[in-house]
Amino acid sequence: MSMEKDLSVTVAGVRFPNPVIAASGTYGFGQDYTDLYPLNKLGGISCKGTTLLPKDGNPAPRIAETPAGMLNSVGLQNPGVDAFISKYLPIAKKEGNVIIANVAGATLEDYKQAVQRLDTTDVDMIEVNISCPNVKQGGASWGVSCEGAAAVTKTVRSVTKKPLMLKLTPNVTNIVDIAKAAEAEGADCVSLINTLLGMRIDIKTRRPILKNNVGGFSGPAVFPVAVRMVWQVANAVNIDVVGMGGISTSEDAVEMMMAGAKAVQIGTAVFTDPYSPLKVIEGLKQYMIDNNLNSLEEITGTVQPW
Amino acid sequence: MPYFCDKYRILEREEIAKDIYSYVISCPEAAAYARAGQFVHIRAEGYTLRRPISICEIDKKKGTVRFVFEVRGGGTDKISQLTVDDYMDIILPLGNGFSVNEISDEKSIVVVGGGIGVPPMCGLAACYKNVKAIIGFRSKDRVILEEDLKRIGADVTVCTDDGSYGYNGVVTLPLEEELKKGKTAMVYACGPLPMLKAAVNTAKKYNVPCEVSLEERMACGVGACVGCACRINRNGENLVLRVCKDGPVFKGEEVVF
Ligand SMILES: Cc1cc2nc3c(=O)[nH]c(=O)nc-3n(C[C@H](O)[C@H](O)[C@H](O)COP(=O)(O)OP(=O)(O)OC[C@H]3O[C@@H](n4cnc5c(N)ncnc54)[C@H](O)[C@@H]3O)c2cc1C
Ligand SMILES: Cc1cc2nc3c(=O)[nH]c(=O)nc-3n(C[C@H](O)[C@H](O)[C@H](O)COP(=O)(O)O)c2cc1C
Ligand code: FES
Repeated sequence: MSMEKDLSVTVAGVRFPNPVIAASGTYGFGQDYTDLYPLNKLGGISCKGTTLLPKDGNPAPRIAETPAGMLNSVGLQNPGVDAFISKYLPIAKKEGNVIIANVAGATLEDYKQAVQRLDTTDVDMIEVNISCPNVKQGGASWGVSCEGAAAVTKTVRSVTKKPLMLKLTPNVTNIVDIAKAAEAEGADCVSLINTLLGMRIDIKTRRPILKNNVGGFSGPAVFPVAVRMVWQVANAVNIDVVGMGGISTSEDAVEMMMAGAKAVQIGTAVFTDPYSPLKVIEGLKQYMIDNNLNSLEEITGTVQPW
Repeated sequence: MPYFCDKYRILEREEIAKDIYSYVISCPEAAAYARAGQFVHIRAEGYTLRRPISICEIDKKKGTVRFVFEVRGGGTDKISQLTVDDYMDIILPLGNGFSVNEISDEKSIVVVGGGIGVPPMCGLAACYKNVKAIIGFRSKDRVILEEDLKRIGADVTVCTDDGSYGYNGVVTLPLEEELKKGKTAMVYACGPLPMLKAAVNTAKKYNVPCEVSLEERMACGVGACVGCACRINRNGENLVLRVCKDGPVFKGEEVVF
């Protein structure tokens, strides 16, 4: 007989029935796995990154495999924020638990208008992807400088009271400074890590496998990098941290929470095993039973560093 | 149409040519929904991404699905090590499949397959009474599924690039000869891009509708990640669609090669 356990956690004031969230870009808008299990099994879903206007993304191939991971260069293909709001959000809200919109932009105005439109919807949270290129700054991503991260945070904060989750890129020299910049401008929580920049080459053709040459690296191989960054950030900020990057088992999720995460997101593992989020949830429940926990928040940040 | 994800028991395994394996799995629920031209997405132990493989034959009565794949790299090598009574972790059936239309008894369809693009043509051939199969390979030792297509009732022409077996040359000429007869209701093609392009152009020349099955590198296989993009021109509009969900089968004239 399985004991009833309350797996809920609260992130930036939003209650998740369990701490497992589908990571942006790996779970569409929540409709692609419902043949296997209902969306409401997950604590929440971060929807595919949307931009103000629809976007066609990068040319194919967009996917390359790596040892214990993968690269993607989807290039934020999405139907635009208006289609998200009218077509996808209502279904996700009806079928799922916490629904997080994920927005990206090439200019501050893009971010502002996209978030403004989301502000009047019933989306529960807005995750702001600052890993995308700032077109006015020669294409370096917003999230690689404190100024860029601060500017985006300030801009979106000025147009919404909805809980804001700033999603940090790991492709930086000091992620702590970036996280602090986002916190200072009013982010309610941060999520990390987005993908690491990577590359693979077909040695027969001397061509990169990705048509975009480079792409975002994710999956189990990045897990230790993600744990380290979550730990550093969680120690430095006073807002909640959502951890992701390579999580595929409940042990990984516990480890990420011990590093400082209140909730976790799972992306690439879903490609390997679509049931992996459910297995992580089951494993967390068992962990609570085995360790006599009343709340999973009891483990957040409990690593005892040497 | 629903899809399923489970560990399915392997009923048959055979190496039908060097490094090319045929598997039959027991999956009654999925087989009931499966259509020719759909694919299965197989987990390879130790690899992050699943491997997409076309459905070759479907036996709804027995509740089985057959597929045939070539070992190209580590993932397919790992999968090929599974033997009878092992369980294979598969998502299926995925994608749209070929359209199967009512045609009169005087008419026939042509299925064109190149190399490892031949397997899906077996399941498709089983959907029609009069089938001309034109299948191309590099050389005699690479020829697969000729006997299977005959068993299914197709009239088979085998082509080899080096002339070591059957017709010496690519599939385009035999295709053109067949279309000249004016009996063809539909052309279906699966194989390397140059072959697909040639099939589309030849069918167009004779005003015969054509469907092609595309390949692209995939992650999810179910439409969630937009990793498997292809460019499609539909009703004058340029679209970026998903091979796994919107395809893998597209109308030939819509594909932007
Ligand atoms: C819809 C569809 C149907 C297919 N049907 C068949 C079939 O019936 N029989 C068959 O032998 N092959 C088929 N293929 C090709 C097959 O998927 C690849 O040969 C296989 O994925 C290669 O994996 P690997 O581990 O051998 O190679 P690796 O090169 O080690 O694979 C590395 C990565 O690249 C991907 N990849 C490499 N080549 C291809 C390719 N041509 N297409 C898509 N992804 C690729 C792999 O999936 C993997 O993610 C099909 C592909 C698609 C998209
Ligand atoms: C195919 C793919 C598409 C992604 N798209 C987005 C996106 O649109 N927005 C975003 O913020 N992150 C995106 N990501 C990053 C993931 O949300 C996540 O941060 C990253 O993959 C690390 O987690 P994982 O190792 O569990 O996948 C994408 C990742 C993948 C693999
Ligand atoms: S492989 Fe994910 S959308 Fe096609």
